[in-house]
Amino acid sequence: MSTTAATRESTTVDTGEQIPALETIRRGVAVSPELREGLVGTFLLAVLATIGQVVIPIAVQQTLDRGLSGPGGEPDVRFMVEMGLMAFAAIVVTGVASYLMTSRLFTTAERGLATLRIKAFRHVHDLPVLTQNTERRGALVSRVTSDVDQVSQFLVFGGILFVVSVLQIGVATVIMLFYSWQLTLVVWICFLPLFLSLRFFQRRLSDAYATVRRQVGIMLSAISEPVVGAAVVRSYAVEERTQKRIDAAIAAHQQASTRAQGFTAFSFSLGGLSGGLANAGVLIFGIWLGFADQITAGEVIAFAFLVSLFVMPVQMGTQILTEAQNAIAGWRRVIGILETPADLVDPGADGQVLPRGPIDVEFRDVTYSYPGGPDVLHDLDMHISSGTRVAIVGETGSGKSTFAKLLTRLMDPRLGAVLLDGIDVRDIRQSSLRRSVVLVPQEGFLFDDTLRANARYGRLDASDEEILESAMQLGLADWVDGLPRGLDTRVGQRGESLSAGERQLVALLRAHLADPDLLVLDEATSAVDPNLEMRIGRALERLMHGRTSVTIAHRLSTAENADEVVVVDRGRIVQRGPHAELVAQDGVYAGLHASWVAQQGR
Amino acid sequence: MPRRTSTTRDGFAVLAVAIRREPWIFTVSTIGSVLFGALTVADAWVLGWSTQHAVLPAFDTGEVSAGVLWAVLGLFVGVAILRAVGIVARRLGAGVMQYRMQAHYRRAVTRQYLTLPMEWHQKHPTGELLSNANSDVEAAWGPIAPLPMAVGTVVMMVIAVVQMLLADLVLAMVGLLVFPAVIVANLAYQRAASPLMTRAQQLRAELSEVAHESFDGAMVVKTLGRESEETERFAAKAHELRDVSIRAGRIRAAFDPTLTALPNVGVLVVLALGVYRVLHGQSDPGNVITIAYLLTIVSFPIRSLGWLLGEFPRSVVGFDRVTAVLQATGEMQYGASRLEGTGGALLEVDHLAYAHEPDGRLLDDVTFTVTPGRTVALVGATASGKSTLTSLMTRLVDPDAGAIRVDGTDLRDLAKGELARSVAVVPQAAFLFDDTVRDNITLGADVPDEEVWAALRTAQADGFVAALPGALDARLGERGTSLSGGQRQRISLARALVRKPRLLILDDATSAVDPEVEARILGALRGGVGGGNVDDGGGDGGDSTLVVVAYRKATIGLADEVIHLADGEVVDRGSHVELLDRSPAYADLVNAYEQQPAGEAE
Ligand SMILES: Nc1ncnc2c1ncn2[C@@H]1O[C@H](COP(=O)(O)OP(=O)(O)OP(=O)(O)O)[C@@H](O)[C@H]1O
Ligand SMILES: Nc1ncnc2c1ncn2[C@@H]1O[C@H](COP(=O)(O)OP(=O)(O)OP(=O)(O)O)[C@@H](O)[C@H]1O
Ligand SMILES: [Mg+2]
Ligand SMILES: [Mg+2]
Repeated sequence: MSTTAATRESTTVDTGEQIPALETIRRGVAVSPELREGLVGTFLLAVLATIGQVVIPIAVQQTLDRGLSGPGGEPDVRFMVEMGLMAFAAIVVTGVASYLMTSRLFTTAERGLATLRIKAFRHVHDLPVLTQNTERRGALVSRVTSDVDQVSQFLVFGGILFVVSVLQIGVATVIMLFYSWQLTLVVWICFLPLFLSLRFFQRRLSDAYATVRRQVGIMLSAISEPVVGAAVVRSYAVEERTQKRIDAAIAAHQQASTRAQGFTAFSFSLGGLSGGLANAGVLIFGIWLGFADQITAGEVIAFAFLVSLFVMPVQMGTQILTEAQNAIAGWRRVIGILETPADLVDPGADGQVLPRGPIDVEFRDVTYSYPGGPDVLHDLDMHISSGTRVAIVGETGSGKSTFAKLLTRLMDPRLGAVLLDGIDVRDIRQSSLRRSVVLVPQEGFLFDDTLRANARYGRLDASDEEILESAMQLGLADWVDGLPRGLDTRVGQRGESLSAGERQLVALLRAHLADPDLLVLDEATSAVDPNLEMRIGRALERLMHGRTSVTIAHRLSTAENADEVVVVDRGRIVQRGPHAELVAQDGVYAGLHASWVAQQGR
Repeated sequence: MPRRTSTTRDGFAVLAVAIRREPWIFTVSTIGSVLFGALTVADAWVLGWSTQHAVLPAFDTGEVSAGVLWAVLGLFVGVAILRAVGIVARRLGAGVMQYRMQAHYRRAVTRQYLTLPMEWHQKHPTGELLSNANSDVEAAWGPIAPLPMAVGTVVMMVIAVVQMLLADLVLAMVGLLVFPAVIVANLAYQRAASPLMTRAQQLRAELSEVAHESFDGAMVVKTLGRESEETERFAAKAHELRDVSIRAGRIRAAFDPTLTALPNVGVLVVLALGVYRVLHGQSDPGNVITIAYLLTIVSFPIRSLGWLLGEFPRSVVGFDRVTAVLQATGEMQYGASRLEGTGGALLEVDHLAYAHEPDGRLLDDVTFTVTPGRTVALVGATASGKSTLTSLMTRLVDPDAGAIRVDGTDLRDLAKGELARSVAVVPQAAFLFDDTVRDNITLGADVPDEEVWAALRTAQADGFVAALPGALDARLGERGTSLSGGQRQRISLARALVRKPRLLILDDATSAVDPEVEARILGALRGGVGGGNVDDGGGDGGDSTLVVVAYRKATIGLADEVIHLADGEVVDRGSHVELLDRSPAYADLVNAYEQQPAGEAE
C-alpha cells in the first residue's frame, strides 16, 4: 500500500489486514514486550490447572467406586478419607493454579495492551498531517480503543489455553496409542476433515472479522461526523438522511458480525460432528479388531471413554482459534497504525538545533502536490531575511496555506527544500523546530478545557501572570478582563463555547506564549472585528521586533503594514516587494488592492 | 449504593429487556442449547446402547450383523449431527440476538444524538458519545452470548436436583448447600467487581474522549510540538484503565475457579456425610453414589451460569450509561404550523433575551424587524452575540425570553423541518461532510445539477469545483480537508443558496475569501437578492430576505439597513451612512482598517 508511491509520503494508514495471523502475534508481542513476561510460570500454572481439571473427576470417581463399597461391601473409611483428602487437595491446588494463571494473564495482557494503545496513539501523532487527515477520526479512535479491547479476551482466555489444548491433544493421543494404535488412527482419521477444513475456515473467519473491525471504524465515523457537525445537521433539517446513513453503517456492522458468528458457530459444530464419527468408528473398528483377536471388549469400551479426552481439547482449541480471529483482526489494525511510516522523520539527536534569534527563511525550488493531485506550488524560490515581516496575499486556493505548512514542516516538499537559517528543515531536530517556529493555522482548534490550559499549551509552565501579561501585550487585556470567569472560562469542545473571534484570540495568545522566532499566521484574525484586528496587528508589529513573521491575510490592511508583500497566484510567486511599490505596478496585487479599497470606500 | 447490592437483579432485568425484544430468536437459541444438552446426555446413552447391543454380543459370539453396525454408526452420527444443529442454533441464535440488540440500541442512541438539543451536545464530548454507542452498547448485551447455554443447562440442573431429592432427602439437602454457596460467591463477586467495571467503562469513555479530541486537534498538537504531552495525557487514562482492568480481572480470575470448585467440594461433603449415614444404616451406598454423580452433573450448569453472571457487572454499567443517554430529555418541541408564503420572508425579533450560562447575560432585549426582501447587516464587536442570534433565528436554541417570528409565526410553533424549508444559514465555520461535492451541497435533496452549478456560480465556486477530478462527484474528505479554507466556505455558501431560501442568513460567510472573490460573491448576491432579477446565475431566488453578519464595509454595503449590536441590545439601527454619522462607536468598529495604524503615528 505504502510502497506504490515510493517517492511520496504515504497518505493512508496501513489497514494491517494483510499481516498473517502468526506474524500478527509475533509483531504484537514485539510491540508489547510485557506479554512475554512470566510466560513460563503462567504456562506451568495452566498445565497444572488443566491436569487438575482432569484429575479431580477421576479422584472423585475413584473414591466413590472403590471406597463406598469396599471389600466387605462396607464403606472403606480409611481409603475414602485418604482419597477424599487427596481430591480436596487437588481441588484447592487446581483452583489456586487457575486463579494465579488467569490473574497473571490479566496483568500481562492489560499491561501489554496499554503499551500497545499508547504506542499506537503516539504514532498517530507522528504521522504526517495529510495521513492524519485522510483517515477518518472515528476510525482512528476505534483503533486505539475498541480494536485494542478485542485483543484482551484472546490474550487471557485464548493464547495459553490453546497451547495447553494442543498439549492435551498430544497427551490424549499418546494414551490412546498405548491402548491401540489402530483405533488411534481411526480417531485421527475421523478428525482429519476437521483439521483440514480448519485452515479454510480460518481464512474465511479472518476475512469476516477483518470486515467487522473495519465496519466498527466506519460506524464510529458515521456517528461522530454529524455529532461534530450537529449545528449544520439541525439547521438544514437533514436528521433523517443523517440517521439513514448511520443506520446503514450500523446495519453493515451487524451484518458483518452475524456473518462472522455464523462461521464461528459452523466451524465449532464440526468439532462435535467429528467426535460422533470418531466414537462410532472406534466401536465399529473395535469390533472388527476384536474379531481378529487384537483387542478385548474392555479395551474397546475404555477406548471409547478415552475419545472424549481427545474431543474436549479439540473443541476447546477450535473455539479458541475461531474466537482468536476477532482479536487478531483488531490487533492487526492497531499494528497497521504502527507500520504506517511516519514520513516526516525526526532526525532526533542527530538533528541540528536552530539558534535562537530571528530566523532566515529560504525556499529552494520547492514544488509540492497533494498526493494524487496536480502541483499546487511550482518551483517556488524565495528568501525571507531574518527579522522581516512578510505578508502573503493571493486568491483563495492559490497555495498560501500550503506554503505555510511546508514552511513549518507539516509536510515535506515533493521537490526542492525549505531552509531555516540555512539548514534544511528535514535536518532540524523536531523539538528545536517546534520551539522556534510556530504556525497559527486557519482553523483554530482549542481543547475542551479552560482558557488558561489552552493558553498554556503554548508554554507549559506559564503562570497566570505571564498569561495575563502576554494578553496585555497583544492588546487582549480588556477582553480577558471582560470574561466573567477570566482564565477559568471553559472553552468547550473544539472551543465552541467561545465566539469564532474569541477562538482566534486564544490561538494567538497561545502562539505568543510559545515565544517563537518565526511566527506564521494563516488568517489568524480573520474572524476578529476590524477594530480589535487592527489593535492586534499593531501589537504584533511591536512584538515581532527581533523575529521573523509571515502573515497570510485577505485583509490587505495587513499587507499595507508589512515590510514586504509576496503575492501568490496559482502556486507561483508573481510579485513581491513593499506595498507601496506593488500598488504602483500593474499586476495581481493592484487588482486585489483595488477590490479592497473599493470595498472600504463605502 | 443500591446499585451494588442488586447487580444480579439488574443484570437479569437487562436480559429481560433483550428477551422481551427478541423472544423468538431467544427461543430458538435456547432450544438449540437444550438440544445440545439433551444430546450430550444422549451420547452417553448411545455409547451404552452400542456397548450392550454391539460390542459385548460381538465379542461374545464372534459375529455381528451389518444392521447393528449401521445402527451404531447411524446413532452416533445422528446424535452428532443433531448436536451440531443445536450448537449452530445456540451460538448463531445468541449471536443474532446479541447483534440485533446492539443494533437496536445503537440506532436508538444515535437517534437521541440527533434529537437532543445543542446544549446537551456541548456538555458531552464526541469521544464519550462514541463510547456510549460502541463500547457501552457492546457491554450491555455481552451476557446474551452465554445466556442460551445458561438457560439450557438450568433445565439439566433442575432434573438433576429433583432426582437428588428423590434419592436421599438429607444428603440431597446437604448437597444442595452448594447453591447458597454459589449465591454468596456471586454476591461477593458482583459487589467487588461492579464498582471496578463502572470505573472501567467510564475510563473507556474518557480514553475515547482524549483520543478523539487529540486526533481532532492533531494539527495544533503538531505545530506546537506537543506530541509527548498529548501522549502523556492519553497514557494517564490508558494506565488507569489498565490498573482497573487488572483489578477487575483478578476478581474474575478468582470467581471462575470458585464456581468450578464448589460442586466438587459439595461432592466430598456429601461423601463424608454419606459414609456416616451408610455406616449408621440410614442410607445405602447406591443413593450416595447417585447424589454425588448428580452433583457432578450440576457443576457444569453452575459454571455456565458463572459465565453469565460474570458478565453482569459490565453489562449493567453499560446499560445504565446507554439508558442515561436514552432518557436524556430536552429535545425540542415542535408545533404544527407551516410556512406557506412565497418570496422573501418577514423576520421579527421581539424582545429577545438569551444567555448561554444561567447567570449570564448576552442578548438582553433585542428587537428588530426585517421586512420581506430587505437586507439587514448585523454588526457588532467580537463576542457581542451575533452568532448566538443567528442560532436563535435558525432555532438551534430557544430564547430565554421574547420570541422570533417568521411570517408572523413563532419559530417554536413550526412543525419539525419546516423552518429549514424557508430559512438557510451559512455558519461562521464551514462544516463539510466526508462526501461528494454534490451531496455536500444538496444534502440529499433532489436538486438537478444545473441548480447546483448555479449555486456554485453565485458562490464563485464553480471554477475550482469544475477543476476537481470528478467535479461534482469529487469526494472532499472528512470536514472537507482536501480544500482550502476559502473553498470550503464557498461550498458551504452554495449549500445555502441552492435551497433558494426565503430568508438567508450569512454569518461572516466570506471571512476566508480574498477581496476579489468576495466582491464577486457579494455582487452576485446583490444581483440576486437586492435587485430582484431572479436568474442571473444565482440560485438564491429573486427576493429573499437577507441577514448578514458582517464586519467589513463591503458586506455591510449590501444591506439596506444596519443593526448595531452591543451590550446585548440593538444600540442603533439605520443605514450605514446614518450610523457612521451619528455613532462614533460604530464608526470606530467599521472604519478601523482606514484609520492609519496609530502605532506608526505615535
Ligand atoms: N489536503 C489536501 N488534499 C488535496 N488538495 C488540497 C489539500 N489541501 C489543499 N489542497 C488544494 O491545494 C490548493 C491550495 O490550497 P491552500 O489551502 O494552500 O490554498 P490557500 O491559498 O490557503 O487558500 P485560502 O485562501 O482559501 O485558504 C487548493 O486548490 C486546494 O484545493
Ligand atoms: N455554547 C456556549 N456556551 C457558553 N458561552 C458561549 C457559547 N457560545 C457562545 N458563548 C459566548 O457568548 C458570547 C457571544 O458569542 P457569539 O458567538 O454569539 O459572538 P459573535 O458576536 O458571533 O462573535 P464573533 O464575531 O467572534 O463571531 C461569547 O462571549 C461567547 O464566549
Ligand atoms: Mg488557506
Ligand atoms: Mg460569530
